[in-house]
Amino acid sequence: MTQEPAIEARDIVKLFGAGDHAVRALDNVSVTIGKGSFFTLLGPSGCGKTTLLRCIAGFETPSAGEILLDGRDISQEPPNRRPVNTVFQSYALFPHLTVAENIAFGLQMLNRPKAEVSEAVARMLALVKLEEMAGRKTSQLSGGQQQRVALARALAPQPKVLLLDEPLSALDYKLRKEMQVELKRLQKETGITFIFVTHDQEEALTMSDQIAVMRSGRILQIGSPRQIYAHPVNRFVADFIGETNFLAAQIKAGRAQLAGGVEIALDPGRADGKATITVRPEHLRIVTPSGGNVLQGKVTRSVYFGTDSYIQIALEDGTELTVRQQTDAAGSVGPDVGARVGVAIEPGAAQVLED
Amino acid sequence: MARRDFSVSRLPGFAGTAIAVFVALYAPIAMLVVYSFNAGDSIAIWEGTSLRWYARAWENNQVTDATVRSLIIAGSAAFMATVAATMAALATTRKKPFRGQTAIYVAINQPLMVPEIVTAVALLIFFAAVKVTTGYQGLGYLILAHTAFCIPFAYLPIRARLEGMDLTLETAAADLYATRWRTFRRVTLPLMAPGIIAGAMLAFVISLDDVVITVFVKSAGQDTLPTYLLAQIRRQVTGEVNAISTVLLCLTVLLLTAFFLLTGKKS
Repeated sequence: MTQEPAIEARDIVKLFGAGDHAVRALDNVSVTIGKGSFFTLLGPSGCGKTTLLRCIAGFETPSAGEILLDGRDISQEPPNRRPVNTVFQSYALFPHLTVAENIAFGLQMLNRPKAEVSEAVARMLALVKLEEMAGRKTSQLSGGQQQRVALARALAPQPKVLLLDEPLSALDYKLRKEMQVELKRLQKETGITFIFVTHDQEEALTMSDQIAVMRSGRILQIGSPRQIYAHPVNRFVADFIGETNFLAAQIKAGRAQLAGGVEIALDPGRADGKATITVRPEHLRIVTPSGGNVLQGKVTRSVYFGTDSYIQIALEDGTELTVRQQTDAAGSVGPDVGARVGVAIEPGAAQVLED
Repeated sequence: MARRDFSVSRLPGFAGTAIAVFVALYAPIAMLVVYSFNAGDSIAIWEGTSLRWYARAWENNQVTDATVRSLIIAGSAAFMATVAATMAALATTRKKPFRGQTAIYVAINQPLMVPEIVTAVALLIFFAAVKVTTGYQGLGYLILAHTAFCIPFAYLPIRARLEGMDLTLETAAADLYATRWRTFRRVTLPLMAPGIIAGAMLAFVISLDDVVITVFVKSAGQDTLPTYLLAQIRRQVTGEVNAISTVLLCLTVLLLTAFFLLTGKKS
């Protein structure tokens, strides 16, 4: 994508505490977020994703580095001067105000004329489908409705960037799915850049244009959901995004040699030597153990998930593999525990990881 | 399975004890109220219903003067104490524990801990010196003294309210372009208002009721309702005292009911 950047973070460092006890919450983070994109910061708790979001919002001041919004450095500006709004994890709706007053708050603080404010409030209420709730107190709303009010309140001033701090984590599974679709729709309709923080890899994969995977205050990989899932750069990313298998390999002349004499072709340009390769469970197939170039093992466990079964196989060298096998029309769930099987790797499915 | 947790209310004799305690608490007050409507002169022999003691109290200039004085002192003291307590509460809550925090709590709540008689004597001596140097004899001394001991009563409900307040709300206001002052005006202050009103009412009631400090600090002719009543019963107890007490009781009950309604409501 050749978009103009909305946000450019350059070498952001954020230290909490002082001296030797300082914690590096952000460690030289640089990221460019394209205008109008749905950008997700993904990582386990404590990885710095929320801190980065708070730095962009202005609730934290970076210890070093700069944050550019449309090319202008905003890192020293207070939050109320930044054309950036936040949807908080706890929603942080004003309990003493009605739904409409909550949505109007930002525009009122910007001293917009009354007519413009009420027009914008009506438009926002329609956008999040809460027209009938305008006069209610926020405590009278359900979790999903409060979530919509929080969104409408943050979108009403038409910010350049909308920040969302794990906004769906308080909702139950079904509502969360609905809101994922809803968020994507709002982002398309408004054209506003969304920066979304989550620890849920599925949420990140289904919603984002771009994902930055973070760990220990660093960004490990930035890419589209497909790139991140299909070509993880290292073991952590591969493991964090979905289920995967790791296999020790010896690389020689563009081919990976695995245990038991199995050889698979790799993308050209790989240096020779030891490496770890990763294969997703859905790219492994269970075959007869007698076939050529297949891994040999024994089924140790089989878990039925409805659409699929996860079959765990212990290879002869002790490596554990998980194979994902779709349930067929007959409802067969694959080989029995204890059976000797062969495991074939689909061509092109193996990825070499940098360690 | 039903849980059989320990509960005081299931102990034998609980109901009887509770009733006895409530009778002990309320019977004297009930008697005071009933005899305020007595037609006779005695405060112990019932001679029929009448409002004569209320009428007499109403016509008694000393009573009306003392009432006005009490209200002026309680109003001013409650106002000043509430302002001070609000600022103290804002400064002492919603932040990481800091060095000297306990010392500050103790300092603010000092009037609750130091015996009132000690404060009263100290104020008497201190104000005597001030009176000599300034020559000022007005109600200011009483108002200041009442303000001082009302501060902790105003402070506690305000602080409780602030501690229950989600700090993210202020962050959200700042995020939505509110300056610090507008965040305070539009978010913090409205949210702490129930605490402030409750604190002010509690301070008002406490001031209205005070005897010890008032007796020591007041100059001649500065009787408040409680000190007037005290002076009356030294001479001759009439139904007038009952009538005044009943009115004072009603006022206090009204204010305290409002206080509990305001602080009890969780939103």
